[in-house]
Amino acid sequence: MSRQISISVCMGTGGLAAGAREVMEMFSVELASAGVETTLHAQKHCDLHRVGCRGFCARDVLVDVSIDGTKTTYEQVTLDRVARIVNEHVVGGQPVEEFAAGVDYHNFEDKQLKVVLSECGLIDPEDIEAYIKVGGYEAAKKVLATLSPQDTIDTIKLSGLRGRGGAGFPTGLKWEFGSKEQASQKYLICNADEGDPGAFMDRSVVEGNPHVVIEGMIIAAYAIGTTKGYVYIRAEYPLAVQRLELALKHARQKGFLGDNIFGRGVKFDIKVKLGAGAFVCGEETALIASIEGNRGMPRSKPPFPAQKGLFGKPTIINNVETLANVTYIIRRGAEWFASLGTEKSKGTKVFALTGKIKNSGLIEVPMGIPLRKVIYGIGGGIEKDRRFKAVQTGGPSGGCIPESLLDTHLDYESLASVGSIMGSGGMVVLDEGDCMVNIAKYFLEFTQAESCGKCTPCRVGTKRLLEILTRITEGKGKANDLVTLEALARDVIDSSLCGLGQTAPNPILSTLKYFRDEYDAHIIDKRCPAGVCKALLTYTIKEDACTGCTMCARVCPVKAITGEKKKTHYIDHGLCIKCNSCYDVCKFNAVDKR
Amino acid sequence: MTTAIAQDTITLTINGKTVTAASGKTILQVCRDSGIYVPTLCYDERLEAYGGCRLCLVEVKGQGRPLSSCTTPIREGMEVTTDSDRITRLRKTVLELLLSNHPNDCMLCEKAGACTLQELVYMYGVRYDNYYGEMWNLPKKDDNPFISYDPNKCVLCGRCVNICQNVVMKGTIDMTGRGFYSKPDTAFGKPLTPDICVFCGQCVSACPVGALTEKQARGKGRVGSVERVRTTCTYCGTGCNFYLNVNKGKIVKVTSDYAAPVNKGNLCVKGRFGYDFIQHPDRITKPLIRREGVTDTSPEVLKDPMAVFREAEWDEALDLVASKFMELKNKYGPDSVGGFSSSRCTNEENYLFAKWVRVALNTNNVDNCARV
Repeated sequence: MSRQISISVCMGTGGLAAGAREVMEMFSVELASAGVETTLHAQKHCDLHRVGCRGFCARDVLVDVSIDGTKTTYEQVTLDRVARIVNEHVVGGQPVEEFAAGVDYHNFEDKQLKVVLSECGLIDPEDIEAYIKVGGYEAAKKVLATLSPQDTIDTIKLSGLRGRGGAGFPTGLKWEFGSKEQASQKYLICNADEGDPGAFMDRSVVEGNPHVVIEGMIIAAYAIGTTKGYVYIRAEYPLAVQRLELALKHARQKGFLGDNIFGRGVKFDIKVKLGAGAFVCGEETALIASIEGNRGMPRSKPPFPAQKGLFGKPTIINNVETLANVTYIIRRGAEWFASLGTEKSKGTKVFALTGKIKNSGLIEVPMGIPLRKVIYGIGGGIEKDRRFKAVQTGGPSGGCIPESLLDTHLDYESLASVGSIMGSGGMVVLDEGDCMVNIAKYFLEFTQAESCGKCTPCRVGTKRLLEILTRITEGKGKANDLVTLEALARDVIDSSLCGLGQTAPNPILSTLKYFRDEYDAHIIDKRCPAGVCKALLTYTIKEDACTGCTMCARVCPVKAITGEKKKTHYIDHGLCIKCNSCYDVCKFNAVDKR
Repeated sequence: MTTAIAQDTITLTINGKTVTAASGKTILQVCRDSGIYVPTLCYDERLEAYGGCRLCLVEVKGQGRPLSSCTTPIREGMEVTTDSDRITRLRKTVLELLLSNHPNDCMLCEKAGACTLQELVYMYGVRYDNYYGEMWNLPKKDDNPFISYDPNKCVLCGRCVNICQNVVMKGTIDMTGRGFYSKPDTAFGKPLTPDICVFCGQCVSACPVGALTEKQARGKGRVGSVERVRTTCTYCGTGCNFYLNVNKGKIVKVTSDYAAPVNKGNLCVKGRFGYDFIQHPDRITKPLIRREGVTDTSPEVLKDPMAVFREAEWDEALDLVASKFMELKNKYGPDSVGGFSSSRCTNEENYLFAKWVRVALNTNNVDNCARV
């Protein structure tokens, strides 16, 4: 009897960057030379295939070798490791323990609950048959065959699914608005314009399992009653675009898209529209303007896109993750979905966990999980076991949550109650080495540069907020700056036209609320407690600790450090450019910065 | 019919006062119709509401966030407040932010006295120095004979762009750049040349501040020193109305009349900038009759027109024309003469002219240059 051998190589953007393509080729070569056939019906058959993002990109290239259902995951697979894996494991049947994924991987992987990402690391995203094999397109078929549009909407309403793009609007209700509109044409848009820095949830779904999004769109289109759909996706996601286009082509060939879907006389097709890199185009009215060929600028609501959207027609916009969830809800039942999460936030949420955390990557957890479990459980705690300071959720428009609130639950309401947002799922962990004023400044730099310029509070207000923050970090802060900062931040939130301006000051307000002492230290004491703000730092060499090894003097790029061998060195503050080189190089902790 | 009208009427309250208005109107329109003041910078009745300046924000009961009244349609039972403390504070902040990137240049500004920003800053008692930081220091664009653009004074209300894109349908300018550095400009900042711009000056008419001004009017008199004379354009039969701005008997510029029934404040290049002929020294202001015995009218001789022609009074000139027409008609028959009218005449003038040719000259030989 032949053994069932399967090897899957992670080929998301992270995997490819780590050399997955070469690893995959090396596997083919090694398998061939070991006499293992990668074709069907061979005696020694091995199914070698690519899979989408597995989430733990820091340990790429990740490879799963599965023999008769027993799976071993290898991490950080490099070309020179492939031969041993093939010879010892695939041929010899003995897993190579030293290359196998360790405790971090299992901590990271096993504590998650994968729904949207459940097939991302399993199936070949470029093969529609692989998707069909795991039950793909059955949900759409079932909807078209057995449910009326209203039944479909009711199912989604029952599941309690809320929009995953950030605002958390109930998806079923949105669809109902769309279905009730009478118009000669309606549109469905899938928003894949993921613009938050450090966020790659939607990219990974489209790269890892594009068909699940297409299937979700077919279901949504049927429920709303539209024949035309768009996927608005960033041009900076070439792999996602390529796999999406391929998936659309395959779906059309199969008759899953087109004039007669599943032979049921239903018409629906999807166009791909590439975004040109404007953050604001994630806002739905700006996104619509962009698809129409206009400059991506938002407009006031009402009227909402469900009434007057793309080309003036009723338009429903759902995020990638939302649409992927739709497929699983139909496949596994609204009750199953509603059993996950909290009372008001159902299901799971995908987060991009980054920053000063041991295990960074893409995670999916049930709604309502405490932040602490994510950071210390899945994330494995803080890098170098330093002290946790805050976690920033919700992308550049989110807020910073301090240690005292680490037991906050991850759901829409709880996050809002502590001054942050769910957003699309960015999660940046900060430690004691991060200056909170500088963090607020960093996010404001992003949002003010991405403002479209249409409304005054966002265009000029965020700029002035950034300037105040910059002055504070440069030690030029004044006593009443915090009053001005807070008042202006609130006015910008209150008076801006779209979600960008209405949330851009969140990082300021939340850091002011929880880390006001750091602001005061910058303004009153002219000191950066975290030692980040250059202008406020002074580098000195501690006489008792300096051994006179001359390392600091040798690395100093401006020759600001002088001293004889084996004697204490000194820094000329007039010359010092605060580049931190001496601090980094000193082995005796003799350089002091404060 | 009466029920249909009743359905189309919406009752709402504004500042506690009950107001009835036709459905489909925005809060701002209803406020204006009811004499309730709401400040705006980006609103232009010729354009679709933009919602960008955020000065027209109002509170609507039940809505957590203030709404821009220019874009929000009225609903039955809506309770609107236009002047709460919160709204006033937000308006002041917006004005302060605008001022923080606006040159303190009213003394030299063409628009002083007619500038909406100046008026609002005065009305709300806003100071210059509440927010400070980077200010634009961009070169003034003065690359054409008609339109002068000082981007440093721009408040990004978008009216110039919207009128160029959606009324003139020319698309010469659009918003460029992002964030603090976005501004209306031509593609790649190219100069305004006839191949991209028709110089209708609609952008100038839409600008609420001194960013876009009439180049020819520079230094010739601001709103306080001019008298506005409403007149009808003489260039074509459309009959556009506008105001001639006259300073000490000299026409200095043309401004829009938003109430004009035909053009509603819109004008073309001729109406807006083609007024210099009116007081041109070469303009013929009296009828000229050719002097007796002069037969040579070659260009050489015409260099001194008064050697060929003499000035006459209207009665004499018209008598001469009438007698010549009668002479030709009697000698060669009515179809030997005809009339050719100008498209610069009004419709009424053209009608009268056609009538005169047909009735007085007894011929159908009548036409108009607009048909050629």
